[in-house]
Order: sequence, then structure tokens, then C-alpha cells
Amino acid sequence: MRLLTHNMLSSNIKGVTDGFPLKIEAGKVVEKEVDMNTDFLKNIFTKIEWKPFVEAAKTLGYSELPEDVDPSLLDSQDFLTKFHHALLEIHLEEGALVCPETGRKFPVSKGIPNMLLHEDEV
Amino acid sequence: MAARPELLAPPEIFYDQSEARKYTSSSRIIDIQAKLSERALELLALPDDGVPRLLLDIGCGSGLSGETLSESGHQWIGLDISEAMLDVAVEREVDGDLLHADMGQGLGFRPGVIDGAISISAVQWLCNADKSSHEPRLRLKAFFGSLYRSLARGARAVLQLYPQNIAQRELIFNYAMRAGFGGGVVVDYPHSTKSRKEYLVLNCGPPSLSAAVPNAKGEDGMSCSDDEENHTVTVSDRNRPRKKRKLDKTNGGKDWVIQKKEQMRRKGAAVPADTKYTARKRKSRF
Ligand SMILES: C[S@@+](CC[C@H](N)C(=O)[O-])C[C@H]1O[C@@H](n2cnc3c(N)ncnc32)[C@H](O)[C@@H]1O
Repeated sequence: MRLLTHNMLSSNIKGVTDGFPLKIEAGKVVEKEVDMNTDFLKNIFTKIEWKPFVEAAKTLGYSELPEDVDPSLLDSQDFLTKFHHALLEIHLEEGALVCPETGRKFPVSKGIPNMLLHEDEV
Repeated sequence: MAARPELLAPPEIFYDQSEARKYTSSSRIIDIQAKLSERALELLALPDDGVPRLLLDIGCGSGLSGETLSESGHQWIGLDISEAMLDVAVEREVDGDLLHADMGQGLGFRPGVIDGAISISAVQWLCNADKSSHEPRLRLKAFFGSLYRSLARGARAVLQLYPQNIAQRELIFNYAMRAGFGGGVVVDYPHSTKSRKEYLVLNCGPPSLSAAVPNAKGEDGMSCSDDEENHTVTVSDRNRPRKKRKLDKTNGGKDWVIQKKEQMRRKGAAVPADTKYTARKRKSRF
């Protein structure tokens, strides 16, 4: 799972009002190179919740992202490179995602978060 | 035709390792999945600006459908209930992210972040109650409600599916409409039992000019008749008031009674057999 997905995911356990962002417990982290696409980055930028994104990247060991952003940064090649790397090239392979309200853990194995709910959580 | 898989076992059981294997070894399955996904992506009608989008693949399975999305440059998140199918996707080293999730429990995404969704041969599974706790209507409601919320306004979802019968198609469609979607069903090759394919094309948010239901594909090699419906079948277009089909305006005739009785039988009611006495005119003193 990449941070792109983490930034979109939220816990949908019954009764939880704000399941975003899921806390990350990092076990194994891997990096895979992906071609950069500036159009994609500019388009997705408006949808990213920045603070949780910076936080999540740190948890996975990457702390090059600026704490504060505004759209003018999208003209900076340096910024785009970092944004791209954090968003699409860092993978949480093993670990867990934790619901911010209930503390319920969703295990991540082979890069796949198990988001299946128990019957009493639906 | 083989028995419908939905009737054999729950999806996480039916799609076991040996079934999942077929998605790497059977060129027929691979070919079908690729064709369906290409068509679904086409029906998504994303803006023609070359900008890659963030898409969802619901019931992504082995990732064949996702590969079609990657080939067009898009980023995607796939979710599936079957671990064996997801394992094949991992083996295939798909570019999208995978989630082990049950769409019937609702999708856990922030509102409005997804640019489009496709689903290949998966949504009809929701109509089965595979556990005592499963209530198909609640699962359809949770699925469509959460799908609607996670899509950006103006985005589309294209769901290719195999409804078991008309009632099931209506059920699925109704829950999509209740969630707020507009749209309709596109049927490609309606006259061929083999190649006939249905796509639920759903629009999120108020109908716009581009939100009209797209045309279906015709039947190859058949000359077109004047009848438009011959190759384009679009049922239940929500933006048009739905006309209820009347069986027969002259209620009460023998044909009408027989049709009604047939209807009740189909619903499983105990109905007396049709005889020469059925709907016979009674004497006035009766
Ligand atoms: C015909 S397969 C589609 C395969 C996929 N398009 C591919 O490229 O491999 C249908 C898939 O839907 C999944 N499915 C069925 N019910 C589901 C549910 N409730 N939630 C998530 N996935 C489900 C099955 O596990 C199966 O992988």
C-alpha cells in the first residue's frame, strides 16, 4: 500500500464518525521506482490531506516533505520529485493501520491491508 | 451453460486457489476480462486530456482489469474479498494498490476523492446472502451509498454485471438510484446469448450534458434493421420518468386473469390450475 491510498482510506467501522487518518504501524517498508507524471500530481494535489500525508511519510521513514504547502509549489521540480516519491514509491509491506477512534487494528501483509470488518462492526 | 458461480459458494470460497489460477493460465478468461475492462473504461468517459486519474476497481480479483487501467496510465486502488485472487494480483506485480475488503460492508474512503470506478462481473454477488448475517438489501445499500460518497461530483462508475434475472437487475439498479446515482444500463450485443454484456453506467451528482447514457454496441455481422432497439438497449433511464408497464388495459378478461395467476405462481403463491372455468363469466344470480 502506498501513501496515495493511505491518504484516501478511512475506517468505516459502525459508529465511527471520523475514521481519517488511519494511524500507521510500520513493519516492513519497501521502495519501488515509478515514472513521474506531473499532470497526475497536479490533479491529485487538491485532494491530498497534507498534514496526515506528511505525518504518514515520516512514519515510513521519509521526512523531506514540507510541512506547509500551497499550489504554487507545483511549479517547483524539487517539490514535485519529493511529492511523487512519497505518494507513489514508498510501500507499506507489513504492519498495520489503526482506526483513530476505536484503536481497532487492520493488519497489512504482503502490502495488502485487510479492511474486512467483523460482523458487529458493520 | 455452467451453473452460476454465485449459487455455488460465497465469493471468498468460490474464488479459491484453483479458480484464481485460471486468471493466469486460461487465455480465454484473460481475454474476456481484458475486453470487459476496456469497454468499462471506455464507458467511464473520462475527460480526454491525457491526465491520469485515481480510479477504483471493485472486485479487482487477480488484477487483470486493473492492468487495463494501468495501460491507460491511470492510478488505481483495487479491492477484493478473495485472498486467493489477491495473491494472484500480487504475483502479477500489478501497479495498483490492493485492499482485502468486502464491498457489501461499504467502502472506506474519504468523500469525493475517487475520479471513477469500474467493476467487472462482481456486483451481482451482493444479491446472495452467504452468511446468516447477510441481508442483500442492506449490503447493496451500504455499497452504493459508500460508492456515491467516495466519488468526485460528476464522476462515473461503470459496473459490468451478470444479473440472474430481471428482478435482480431491478434490485441492483434501484439501490444505485436510491444512493443518488443517475444513469442507466448499457447492453452490448443484446441478441447474442454468448456475447451479451450488461454495464450499469452510473453518474454521480446532477445530470449534465455528458451524463447521458452512452450507446451500446451492435451485433457484429448483422445488418441493422430500422428498429433502434435492435442494438441499443437502455433500460430504466432515471432522468426520464419511468413508465410502468401495463399488462393489459382491459382488466378482467380471461387472458388478464391467466397472466395474473402466472405472476402469482412465479412469486411462489399457491394458485389454482387454469381450467375452462377460469375467469368464466358468472351468472348474474351468482
Ligand atoms: C469475475 S471476478 C473479476 C476478476 C477481476 N476483474 C480480475 O481481473 O481478475 C469477480 C471478483 O469479484 C470478487 N467479489 C465478489 N464479491 C465481492 C465482495 N462482496 N467484495 C469484494 N469483492 C467481491 C470476487 O472475489 C472475484 O475476484
